Amino acid sequence: MTDFAVLSRRVQIVTMHLVLLAYTVFALFPVILVVINSMKARNAIFRTPYALPNPDNFDLVGYETVFERAGFPSYFLNSLIVTAGALALIFIAGTMAAHALAEYKFPGNTALGLYMALGIMVPIRLGTVSLLQLIVNLKLADTLTALILIYAASGLPLAVFVLSQFMRQIPRDLKDAARVDGASEYRIYALILPLIRPALGTVMVFNMIPIWNDLWFPLIVAPSEQNKTVTLGAQTFLGQFVNDWNAVLASLTLAALPVIILYIIFSRQLIRGLTAGAVK
Amino acid sequence: MNEMPAGSRGKFPIHIIVFLAPAVIIYTLFMIWPLLDSLRLSLYAPSPDGGVTFVGFQNYATLFNDPNYSERFWGALRNNVVFFIIHMAVQNPVGLLLASFLASRVTRFRTVFRTLIFTPTVLSVVLVGFIWRLILSPLWGISEGILAVIGIENQPWLGLPETALPTLSLVSVWQYVGIPMMLFLAALIAIPDEIIEAAQVDGATGWNVFWQIKLPLILPTVGIVGVLTFVGNFNAFDLIYTTQTALAGPNFATDLLATLFYRTFFGFQLQLGNPTMGATVAGVMFAIILAGVLVYLFGWQRRLLRNEVQL
Repeated sequence: MTDFAVLSRRVQIVTMHLVLLAYTVFALFPVILVVINSMKARNAIFRTPYALPNPDNFDLVGYETVFERAGFPSYFLNSLIVTAGALALIFIAGTMAAHALAEYKFPGNTALGLYMALGIMVPIRLGTVSLLQLIVNLKLADTLTALILIYAASGLPLAVFVLSQFMRQIPRDLKDAARVDGASEYRIYALILPLIRPALGTVMVFNMIPIWNDLWFPLIVAPSEQNKTVTLGAQTFLGQFVNDWNAVLASLTLAALPVIILYIIFSRQLIRGLTAGAVK
Repeated sequence: MNEMPAGSRGKFPIHIIVFLAPAVIIYTLFMIWPLLDSLRLSLYAPSPDGGVTFVGFQNYATLFNDPNYSERFWGALRNNVVFFIIHMAVQNPVGLLLASFLASRVTRFRTVFRTLIFTPTVLSVVLVGFIWRLILSPLWGISEGILAVIGIENQPWLGLPETALPTLSLVSVWQYVGIPMMLFLAALIAIPDEIIEAAQVDGATGWNVFWQIKLPLILPTVGIVGVLTFVGNFNAFDLIYTTQTALAGPNFATDLLATLFYRTFFGFQLQLGNPTMGATVAGVMFAIILAGVLVYLFGWQRRLLRNEVQL
């Protein structure tokens, strides 16, 4: 390579890093600004928004207001129950159905697979009018159970699709050997569960974040104070306290914290899932 | 796959039913049935006796033509198209640009960049909406200060009918750019090095390699990103509801089909909620999303498959 080519390659590499760095700042700056200002006194928020919290401007009055006026501990618990409950249902029902579709030849296997896959692209939200009626008829209005069932139903199509694809790759010999040893079909299912952990992690993380973050169904199906999830609780609180900047910043930080922690824990699975194994 | 034991031909093995039942029941009862029943309801109207009567496609005609509904409907549809175009024009190219930088082997700290840039995507739209409301607030002056540096005059971005929709579209782009970035990144990394090296030996520059070799190879991902953006955009609700309430102000400038659906179903201010008209709006959204998915499946994917065969 000529000197010029080497130089232009270097410029190119530096430019790429600068663009990535600038975009990273752009992606994080609004979030960081909210977090640091949530711990400052009101006048410091406005006068020195870019200053980090320090002994001069430190003030947790926003958090005090949030804890006095909003039931964030109960919102967290509700979100946790709904998310964990829906994921558990998706796990149990999803692995069982995926196993049946991947393992057994029966009339209508392909048709059933397609039927389950229909829901991957169609948002469940579009059925809200009838879904709400159904929830009311089942006496599940304003319960967390309703949310769990709705999220399980909307998460199952992708879970069954991904898991059954993955299960088809498990070697036959293993299952046949167990059958020769007299294992029941239920035992075989239990046997393969540990083998699908990579795909399972992806499916769970994929479902977890949209369920935790959803606003639509908590708003429509379970809006009462004792059933509010974090997303709905934060939405309501922010609407009421819109002029109390300390409280707004503190509640934003509190509501974002669990997701950010989950993201830090699960970012590998999430990214691996999105890139479907291509990123090694 | 296992053949069924010869003796049980015609009789369905019980364990298969046990395995399938929970998923099929939950999915059918809480997803498929409500979707179909909602489509059915869109063909009915409330009758004076408190029940509903069949009216055929009357509700759709009302939604498209009746002045009480049509202005809002066409407005929401137009806004939704603008919302989608801004995502296609900004989010997906920026995602592709970031992905191509992240895919380069000379780039350092790739995992760190990738993880940090993806962070806004995992936050709830409610938080993102409020965070940007604060950043754009004239009271705080953050956007004012930053825009002054690049010489743009500050405006009440969310308060003006001309700027509110583009601003919120860009907030949504800011949040979701991580998804196309990750999908494009996966596709770019999957391209075998030999192909790129062969092209470079033949004297292709970086720019040529991208347009003539990489882009054709990642076309399947371009299609997936397109259809995901389409479905997500024509179903978007949270951001508008959070920043502008269900009234999608100023003066309905940010009204999308989902906020129209919500208002029609539950009512707002003086207008009473109307479940069958709500189901009608949902029916239109269903048709739009279905059309998008079908165009992707039969237009985009099949054409790609045909081209592959020709190669």
